[in-house]
Amino acid sequence: MTWCEAPGYWLGHEVLQNYGCRIASGLLVTIELVALSTTLGCAIALCIALIRLKGPAWARGAMAAYTTFFRGTPLLCQLFLIYYGLGSFRPFWQSVDLWWFFREPFYCALLAFTINTAAYQAEIFRGAIASLPRGQIEAAKALGLSRFQLLRLVVMPQALIVALRPLGNELITTIKVSAIASLVTLFDLMGATKLAFARSFDLSIYLYAAAIYLALVEIIRRVLALIEAHLTRHSATDNPHARAL
Amino acid sequence: MDYYLSLISFGPHGWGRPFLEGAFVTLSLAVATLPFGLTLGLAIALMQRSHRRFARGFATVYTTVFRGAPELLTLYIIYFGLSLGVQSALKSLGFSTQFDMPPFLAGMIALGLVLAAFSSEVWVGALNAIPRGQREAAAALGLHRAQAFRLIVFPQIMRIALPGLGNNWMVLLKETSLVSVITLPDIMFYAMRANVVTKEPFLMFGVASLIYLAFSIISAVGFGVLEARSNRGHAMHGAAR
Amino acid sequence: MRTFFRLAVIATGVAVGAIGAHAQQKEWKEIRIGTEGAYPPFNNLNARKELEGFEIDYMNALCDKMKVKCTWVVQDWDGIIPALLAGKYDVIVAGMNATDERKKRVDFTTVYTRTPIAVIAAKSVASADFSPAALKGKAIGTQGSTIHANYLEKYYKDSTIRLYPTQEEANLDLENGRLDYVVADKMSLDDFLNNKGKDCCKEVGLIERDPAIHGPGTAMAVRKEDTALRDMISKAIEESLKDGSFEKVRVKWFKFAIM
Repeated sequence: MTWCEAPGYWLGHEVLQNYGCRIASGLLVTIELVALSTTLGCAIALCIALIRLKGPAWARGAMAAYTTFFRGTPLLCQLFLIYYGLGSFRPFWQSVDLWWFFREPFYCALLAFTINTAAYQAEIFRGAIASLPRGQIEAAKALGLSRFQLLRLVVMPQALIVALRPLGNELITTIKVSAIASLVTLFDLMGATKLAFARSFDLSIYLYAAAIYLALVEIIRRVLALIEAHLTRHSATDNPHARAL
Repeated sequence: MDYYLSLISFGPHGWGRPFLEGAFVTLSLAVATLPFGLTLGLAIALMQRSHRRFARGFATVYTTVFRGAPELLTLYIIYFGLSLGVQSALKSLGFSTQFDMPPFLAGMIALGLVLAAFSSEVWVGALNAIPRGQREAAAALGLHRAQAFRLIVFPQIMRIALPGLGNNWMVLLKETSLVSVITLPDIMFYAMRANVVTKEPFLMFGVASLIYLAFSIISAVGFGVLEARSNRGHAMHGAAR
Repeated sequence: MRTFFRLAVIATGVAVGAIGAHAQQKEWKEIRIGTEGAYPPFNNLNARKELEGFEIDYMNALCDKMKVKCTWVVQDWDGIIPALLAGKYDVIVAGMNATDERKKRVDFTTVYTRTPIAVIAAKSVASADFSPAALKGKAIGTQGSTIHANYLEKYYKDSTIRLYPTQEEANLDLENGRLDYVVADKMSLDDFLNNKGKDCCKEVGLIERDPAIHGPGTAMAVRKEDTALRDMISKAIEESLKDGSFEKVRVKWFKFAIM
C-alpha cells in the first residue's frame, strides 16, 4: 500500500482507497497550475493596471479590450481554442520551433490560466490604485520621490489593502476553475474526483474533495489575514482584526 | 460559409433558437442571483467586522465554507438535499404534498450563497479602507449608526468595491453554466449538445463565447457608468480625471 | 470545518436515506427516464431540442411493450446518478456500462447492447499490431469515464494514456498528432472515420471484450430498491431481443450487430 491509499484504508472507504493516488496527484496538478499561473498573471496584471491608469490612450483602450475579452468569455472556450485550435496548426508551430510548447497539455493550460487570471487581477489592481486620493500622489511628488519610489512606497502599500481580499477571491476562484484543465487531459483535484465518481458512482467521494478544498481555502485565508494585519498595522481603520493582532 | 451559417441559423437544423434560449436562462439566472448574493455578502461583511465574537466566527466559517466547497456539491445539497428535507418536514407537519425544488430556485440559492461568500470579501476590503475618523465624525454629528452607514460609509465603499464586484459578476455569469447538472439548459449546455451533433466545436464554442462576450461588454459599460457616478466629486488619481 | 463536514455527511445521508421513501413496491404505470442527450447515435438532442437516437427509439418501443407512459428528462452526465438517487427520474438510459464497481451503488437491467471496440490511428501507421508491447511509449487517447479507459489503464501500462471529456476531443488530438492511437466504441469511431477523419486516420483493429473490465455491456440503471421496475424492464428487453422488435430499431441506426 502506498501513502496515498492510506487515508482511504484507515477510514475504511474503499473508493477513496482506490482513487486516493489519483486524487493526490490531482491536488498536485491543481497546486502547480495555480501557483504558476497566479504568479505570472500577477506580474502581467500589474503592468496592465499601470498602463490602464497611466498609459497613452491607445494602450489604455487595448488593455481595456484585453480585460473585457478574457474576463468576458468562458475559460473553457479559451483553453479549447488554445489547445485544440492553435494545436491544429502543427506544421506552422514546428516550423517556428514552438510545437514542444503547444503539444503539451500542461503548457497550454498554463498559458490559458495565466492570461485569464491576469485579466481578473488587472481589474483588481486598477480599482485599488484608482481608489487612492490624488493628494497622496501629489504629496509624494512634492517630496521628490521618483516614479518607482512613488509606486513602491506610497501607492502599492495602500492599494494592496484594498486589493488583498479580492486577490484572495481570485486565487480561490483559480483553484476551483483549474477543473477545466481536464478538457486537455490534465486531471486536477476536481477532475480526479469526478473521474472517481464517474466510475464508482459513490457520492461521498465529493465530500473528501470538499474537505481538501476547505483546507486549502482556510490556509489561504490565514495567510491573507496575516498579510492584512501587516499592511494595516499603521492605519487607524476600525478593523477589529487589525486591532486584535 | 453558408453551411456554417445554417448551423447557427434559426432554421430547422440551426442551433440559433437553442442558443437564444440558453442565453435567456444564463442571463435571467445571473440577474436573479445578483441582488440576493450581494446583499447577503454585505451582511456577512458587516458581521465579519462586528465586535461580537460569535458574528465574526460565523462570518469566517461562512466565507471559508462557501468559497471552499466545490460549487457542484453546494448545488447538489441545495437541489437534492433541500427538496428532500422540505418534503420530510412537510410530511411531519401532516401535509402529504409532493415538493419538488424548482431547478431555477435551487440554482439561484446555491449560486447566491457562493456569490455572497466571495463578494463579502470585497465588501470587507472596501470597509477596511474607510478611516475610523469618518465614522467618529458621523457620530459626533449625531447620526445614528444606520444613518452613518447609509449616508457616509456606503457611498464610499461602493466606489472602492465596484471593480471587485465587477469581477464577481463576471465569474457569476459563467458559473451559471453549472446549473446544467440540475437540468437547467444554459448556453454551455446547448453548446456541448450542438458540438457533439454537428462536430463543429470551434464554431459552437465560438458562438457561446460571443454571447458571453456580448453580456460582459454590456456589463462593462454598465460598471463604467456606475464607477463614474460613484467617483463624482472625488479627486482621484487615475483614469477618471 | 468539522461541523461542516458533519452537516454535509448528514445532508448526503438525508438525500440517500430519504430514497427509501420512493421505494414502495408500487405498480409502475409511468416511468421517468433520464438520459444525457450528448452521445450520438445512441441519444442526443437535435437543433429542434428533440431527443433522437437508437436508445430513444428503443426505450420508447419498450415502453409501448410494457404499456407504461414514459417521459424523458435530459440530464448532464455529472448529475445523472445523484438525480436518479434523489428520485428525479426512475431509470437511466444513457449508454451506461454495467461494471462491477457501479453495481455497488445502482442496479442494472439486462444488457441491451454490446458494442464492438475499435482502435484507430493515423494513416501512416503501417503495422496492424496494437498489442501492449507494440504500443509501448505511444500516446493512446480515450474518453475518461468509459470502460475503455479502465481497460487501457490495466493493460497498456507502458503507454501514455490520455483521458478526454468526450470522444470529439480525443479525435481532434489524433488529427493534431498529439495522439498515436484512439480507442472507443466502433460506431462513434466509424462516424469520425467517415467524416472529418477521412483523410487522416484509419481503423487498425478491434479489441476483444474482457468481461472482467468491460463488463457485460450497456444496461439501464435503476435505484437498488426498485427491483420490480428492474425486473419489468429486463423482461421487456429479453422479449424484444426474441420477437424482433430490437432488430427493427437496430437496423434504423446501425449497419452491424450491436448485441
